[in-house]
Amino acid sequence: MNVLTTEHLSRRVDGKVLVDDISVAVTSGEVFVVVGPSGSGKSSFLRLLNRLDEPTSGTVLLEGVDYHQIAPRELRRKVGMVTQRAFLFPGTVYDNLSFGPRQRGEILSQSKADELLARVGLPGYGEREVANLSGGEAQRVSLARALANSPILILLDEPTSALDEDAKAGVEALIRDIIRETHLTCVMVTHDMAQAARLATRIMLLQSGRTEKIGTVQEVLHA
Amino acid sequence: MLNHLFHGQLQLGLAQAFAAAVVAFAVVLLARRREIHLESETAVALLRGLLQIVAVGSVLVLLLKAPRWTGALMLVVMIVAAGATSTKRAKNIPGAFQVSTYAILCGAGSVIALMTWLGVIGTAITTLIPVGSMLIANAMNTNGLALNRFRSDVLSHVGEIETALALGADPRQSIAPYVQESFEASLIPAIDSLRSLGIVWIPGLMAGMLLSGSKPIYAAIYQFVVLAMIFSASGLTSLVSTLLIRTHAFTHADQLLLRPGMVGEKK
Repeated sequence: MNVLTTEHLSRRVDGKVLVDDISVAVTSGEVFVVVGPSGSGKSSFLRLLNRLDEPTSGTVLLEGVDYHQIAPRELRRKVGMVTQRAFLFPGTVYDNLSFGPRQRGEILSQSKADELLARVGLPGYGEREVANLSGGEAQRVSLARALANSPILILLDEPTSALDEDAKAGVEALIRDIIRETHLTCVMVTHDMAQAARLATRIMLLQSGRTEKIGTVQEVLHA
Repeated sequence: MLNHLFHGQLQLGLAQAFAAAVVAFAVVLLARRREIHLESETAVALLRGLLQIVAVGSVLVLLLKAPRWTGALMLVVMIVAAGATSTKRAKNIPGAFQVSTYAILCGAGSVIALMTWLGVIGTAITTLIPVGSMLIANAMNTNGLALNRFRSDVLSHVGEIETALALGADPRQSIAPYVQESFEASLIPAIDSLRSLGIVWIPGLMAGMLLSGSKPIYAAIYQFVVLAMIFSASGLTSLVSTLLIRTHAFTHADQLLLRPGMVGEKK
């Protein structure tokens, strides 16, 4: 079943083409990795998927439903996002984890918070102030915060590119484990071809906002 | 010295204005030595300020004999002009002119109306226009400060705001801290003016009242009244403008509009 389908998705700003007529389908449990050089439209494409930006033409179907039919806040609950920098909110780790559920008037239970923290390798971190976390820990909290909304799809925008080598390897392994354990559908942007090869089910290579190649790791990176 | 050289009031006034402008320009030249270039902006502002205030003085001469409703009309014109001026501090925020004008109308306009009704501000044009314009001008400055702070805070926290949106936050909540900071920052001058009244400065209105023969105690109390009214007008203006501008920072699909690259800023 297709969790995400883009239909002729395009975005232009002031006459400049950022995303140009992209049509892809991402199936349940798939890790769909978008690669390409700087300025090729990878992040612009990702921002269209949770409607942080508006497509100029085309649309996105989420589980077969046109996302223009879904209220933006509900859409973003279903489509989680982790960005290059964690952008944690001031307060404790628990405050950050409970942010998403709180937007819907829900309370994140202590057991659920503990479960999320254990999953991202930070057991017992709930009451820690986020100001005291390392870059790798902050990114793990960011991932747990997105998972606290129970998304059906998660968007990862260069989630390890701002980390040092040790933290990068740890966060990448964590992402791989979570995807494997939860069968979460994932669309990931990276400029790191080796990382793409390690994580991807399929890869899309973008060039100037257009799909240059799409296929398995073997078909795209080793052709 | 100047009053020995110039005997006519108009000539003396022009000479005094020239002297004040020369001092202001000397400051600009000092700034230039530190590579801060304000020459053309200051020259235009000084000339424009002089022409505008002379024009207002001339209009006041005409209005002295006009019916009282013309005073209210002039205040409305001032409010629209104030809205246009403070909009420049909200560069590229969509709808900033409407928000500014409406906020100043609500803030300064309502305080002027209430205080005139209570008899705190006289209905004579010679009282209504100068006191009203003080309230409008201060509301304009506060509004400009609030919008300018809002704009810079939002632009420097795009990541945090969009992270909140991506987690399903209400747009108004995602920028709530910056709205609150803009409001608080915009009121600092008004609060400081009240706090330092009589200690750091004796405002021009009180000096004018003393010169025109009012009793010092009444002049002092009335000066406090004016500053309290300025605080009320400024606070209400800032409150309204920061509340209204929130909705203009987003599209109907809760997408942040005020972003580097979307508002003529460098990424």
